[in-house]
Amino acid sequence: MASILHPASPSQSRPGRFGVYGGRYVPETLVYALDELEREYEAAKADAAFHAELNALLHDYAGRPTPLYLSKRLTEQLGGAKIYLKREDLLHTGAHKINNALGQGLLARRMGKKRVIAETGAGQHGVATATVCALLGLDCVIYMGDVDMERQALNVQRMRLLGAEVRGVSSGSKTLKDAISEAMRDWVTNVRTTYYLLGSALGAHPYPTMVRDFQRVIGRELKEQILAKEGRLPAAIIACVGGGSNSIGAFYEFIPDRAVRLIGVEAGGRGTALGEHAARFQGGAPGVLQGTYSYVLQDEDGQIALTHSVSAGLDYASIGPEHAMLHDSGRAEYVSCDDATALDAVVKLARTEGILPALESAHAVAEALRIAPALIPHDILVVNLSGRGDKDMGILARELKL
Amino acid sequence: MPIRFAHQPGLVVYLTAGDPSLDATREIAFAAIDAGADVIELGVPFSDPLADGPIIQRASERALAHGTRLRDVVGLAGEIRTVRPGAGLVIFSYLNPILRYGLGRFADDAAAAGVDGVLATDMIVEEAGEYLAELERAGLAPIFLAAPTSPDERLKSIAAHSKGFVYAISRTGITGTRASLTTDAAALVKRIRRWTKLPVAVGFGISNAEHVAQVGELADAAVVGSAIVELIERSQPDEAPGAVARFIKGLRLPAAALAR
Repeated sequence: MASILHPASPSQSRPGRFGVYGGRYVPETLVYALDELEREYEAAKADAAFHAELNALLHDYAGRPTPLYLSKRLTEQLGGAKIYLKREDLLHTGAHKINNALGQGLLARRMGKKRVIAETGAGQHGVATATVCALLGLDCVIYMGDVDMERQALNVQRMRLLGAEVRGVSSGSKTLKDAISEAMRDWVTNVRTTYYLLGSALGAHPYPTMVRDFQRVIGRELKEQILAKEGRLPAAIIACVGGGSNSIGAFYEFIPDRAVRLIGVEAGGRGTALGEHAARFQGGAPGVLQGTYSYVLQDEDGQIALTHSVSAGLDYASIGPEHAMLHDSGRAEYVSCDDATALDAVVKLARTEGILPALESAHAVAEALRIAPALIPHDILVVNLSGRGDKDMGILARELKL
Repeated sequence: MPIRFAHQPGLVVYLTAGDPSLDATREIAFAAIDAGADVIELGVPFSDPLADGPIIQRASERALAHGTRLRDVVGLAGEIRTVRPGAGLVIFSYLNPILRYGLGRFADDAAAAGVDGVLATDMIVEEAGEYLAELERAGLAPIFLAAPTSPDERLKSIAAHSKGFVYAISRTGITGTRASLTTDAAALVKRIRRWTKLPVAVGFGISNAEHVAQVGELADAAVVGSAIVELIERSQPDEAPGAVARFIKGLRLPAAALAR
């Protein structure tokens, strides 16, 4: 089927394309800013001093490398695969989001931008951005949907304490998608002075590539650690997929290792009807949302669908374009996990290992719980535990009647 | 049907199709054309209009709430074309509804309805290969936005790929009314003129006769959007066509005075 967005052959693919996906679909006003960002990012990538400063901050400030923890009791109880957890939840601010926020924060400073804006869903990216802005002395405005502000209230308070201004967004579904739209409206207005610190591997080129690169450290460490501990690669790596930054970060180093299954877990929400979930690969179709061509949950008229997930961070109608490519090529598999199963996984991990995962990460844990028993002890499963669940205590207390 | 600006300055009127109803949009478009609009831009409502300010966001929500679809907008364009053959007609949309409709089918249907041009807010020249090919095949004019932040080499490319007119954005930002025009607009129009003999229309924030007169001094046409959409929002449905006609006539007065 011909599509305007499909280059005639992959060889014609331009930078910023992942197979046929990705690209740059934005108002003209932003193109110059994206070009400028791309140039600066390429320059920073080639600059040893930039890497040295980022690596020092990742190590001394954020707490890298994060441990690869053998989840012994869980492994024993499930009686199948050997389960490891990549502990991104132990990072400063509580999730993998700090990896990208530090990288882009240094880039903003390098570009001389004094004002930083960002969107946030669960609040983890907002907290990471507010943290980095405090560290680097930058002004910070965070856009967050009203629904998310209510369900992740703790993170709203954290951002304010860190000196950020949190602006509620009351349009549309009042969640992550609408926060991104509002951040883009701010950016298009203040583009000359403002850096947009996008939090996931989404949006117009160069964001999906840049965010993935800042998150690649997860997979790089993970590969070294598993080889050191086990002398072989895992059978599978499992990660939750909202926009897809923790998952692409965990997957990327393993893409050439064809024997390693890459499993992305989307939010199955509370049902399979459009509007009841955020599983883009089960009900979505290729389209353009917020700057990029990828799978999008939409109706037959191309209007973007509402989504639902108990986890604010997975509650988004589109998905990073690199995941769309990995999906179509079959290199990664994508499954979904519903709200109730994710909640069960929170309880299971908390009571078996004493680890409270974020609701987002619990979707990945749930998939490990599901597939581990049918595997053998030689099979290693690694779950990327992208964040910790402290932020979710309000929801957990209500849902689990604590 | 070529897009022509019979007046100086020309007037492009943006309407969110389906707000408050398709019938109302049709009547308002007739009234706007009779009051002197050279071109009607029919805005396709979209769920996530990230380039639009609150006024057009609200209008889009209202239009979507009662099920306005792209094919309805194409149908509406056909009705307007039949009854007012002399006015320019442009479909103004975000990309995704057009993609979902099917680009080739959209180009065919829009051309068959008598539409002159298409402006997709989130389509830029670098991504537009097949988009341009389909519009050209159907005989539709691609209209691109040019921004104050667009460097000269981009303006050159925008000018080269545009037909009908080039739409110059008066300032960085989203759609919406503003108290005054910025100096960005004049500089941008001058830069665009270096690359094209096409008419240049200036839009974003144009909301009164003074703005239109200012635009008239530097460009070929003014685009008025949010100010009219807001007027429609405030009017009773049956009074909206008259209110819009009076507003448009009011926009022209100083221009006429200027010409003397």
